Amino acid sequence: MNAIDLEHLSLVRGNRTVLADIMATIRAGEFIGVFGPNGSGKTSLLHALLGLLQPASGSIRIFGKPTASESVEIGYLPQHRRDVGDLQVSGWDFVASAVHGSRWGLPLLSAADRRDVRRTLETVEAGSLAGRVLSEVSGGEAQRLFLAKALLGKPRLLLLDEPLISLDPRFQRTTVALVKRIQQATGMTILFTAHDLNPLLDAMDRVLYLGNGSAALGTVDEVMTSDVLSRLYDMPIEVLRHKGRIVVVSAHGEVEADAHRHHA
Amino acid sequence: MPIATMLEYDFMRTALAAGTIVATVAGAVGFFLVLRNLTFAGHALSHVGFAGATGAALLGANPLWGLLAFAVSGGVMMGLLGERLRGRDVAVGIILSLSMGLGVLFLHLYTTYAAQATALLFGDVLGVDPDVLQDLLILAILTLGGLGVIARPLLFETLDPELAAAKGVSPRLIAVLFLVIVAAAVAEAVQVVGILLVFALMVGPPAAALRITTRLTSGFLLSILFAVAVTWAGITLAYVTDWPPSFWIAALSTLIYALSFGKARIQHLAAAARSE
Repeated sequence: MNAIDLEHLSLVRGNRTVLADIMATIRAGEFIGVFGPNGSGKTSLLHALLGLLQPASGSIRIFGKPTASESVEIGYLPQHRRDVGDLQVSGWDFVASAVHGSRWGLPLLSAADRRDVRRTLETVEAGSLAGRVLSEVSGGEAQRLFLAKALLGKPRLLLLDEPLISLDPRFQRTTVALVKRIQQATGMTILFTAHDLNPLLDAMDRVLYLGNGSAALGTVDEVMTSDVLSRLYDMPIEVLRHKGRIVVVSAHGEVEADAHRHHA
Repeated sequence: MPIATMLEYDFMRTALAAGTIVATVAGAVGFFLVLRNLTFAGHALSHVGFAGATGAALLGANPLWGLLAFAVSGGVMMGLLGERLRGRDVAVGIILSLSMGLGVLFLHLYTTYAAQATALLFGDVLGVDPDVLQDLLILAILTLGGLGVIARPLLFETLDPELAAAKGVSPRLIAVLFLVIVAAAVAEAVQVVGILLVFALMVGPPAAALRITTRLTSGFLLSILFAVAVTWAGITLAYVTDWPPSFWIAALSTLIYALSFGKARIQHLAAAARSE
């Protein structure tokens, strides 16, 4: 079964066409790394999958159904995550507040809801954070709590928008490893956007590379070539491999990773 | 006056009843106000309400409804403007001073009572009319009912606005609804502590509660408990000392907030000692 089918999908933000006539099929259970320069449509694509951005043309199907009907089964980690340093709230309450969060009424949890919160905290290996206050957790720990929220309700599709932003390299590795374990344990389909593909090389099954309105989906070897990337960047690109790392360079210097980090 | 005779007076029984109703609402709504870092909005809405209250008095209407109408309109406007208000301190401040200025004008035109001005500005819980008690109760039920209806998305949006927006919670709708509820709570709080001391009931107790516990349910209940306790103790001390209840409520609110720092500090030290 396919997790995601994009057929002739075009997305428009404001007056700008971010993606034009995209075709892509992602199989259930795949771990897809989503890359591309700033403004290439990574976040727009996730928003379209969530039903927050309507396609200008073409269609999206998630597990065979249109997006809107299926959105409850999508777990989402937004790119902009609030600074939790000012919150005198426990990790448990932080995660629990997202359970059926959009429903009106009192925020009361059923026994099943509480089990769900406990399960997600354990899944992200953050059981010990339940009793800690948010203002005193580290960036990496806060990250796990955000990830726990994305797992509430056992989604079949997990959309993670730049989970590695503002994490130091050690936490980047542990985050990728954690997401990989979640994929293996649950069979969830995962879309993981990032600026640098190197931390994800061992974890991801395939690469979705966006740029210049179009997309390339395939294995690392299929996508990370001079031909494909030159088309996506609309300029001559070279792909260098060095000690297991992949570096994307143009005539103007390195275009990946550090070149974007100041936007984070 | 001896404390034993306190409950023999109608005005004391009315004051305690009004204080309990108002403090419950203030503690409950104030908890979310502090959690959302919106305490200044509570202050602002009370100032906007001043013009409404004095305007209503001038027209011979109940000042409570005038206050409520102005504060609610102010709340809706603030909610709609939302993010655009950020960094507009000057514009907001000018609107607030205009409201207070209008309030003074209306009071001037309504020459009969200077006491009315003091009661509005600093509160006069011992002078609450027993007839107003029923209005306060109805308003309290509506306010808490409204808070109950929006509590879940409000909390979700407060703690994680980005995820809430992605799950279909409208930040603007939540902001408007919440500020309307804040406006109603402010209108209630003014009856006890007055426009200038709204912080004493709506910010002090919840801020202390949030420092003492990190669990939301206990924090919420503690906030109400603190607000009610401060109000009861304030009214009692006013009876005994003949000093204004608003002074005592403001002083006790400050005290409870100061003590919460001590409590948090002790917990911190205890946690540090455990981890060693």
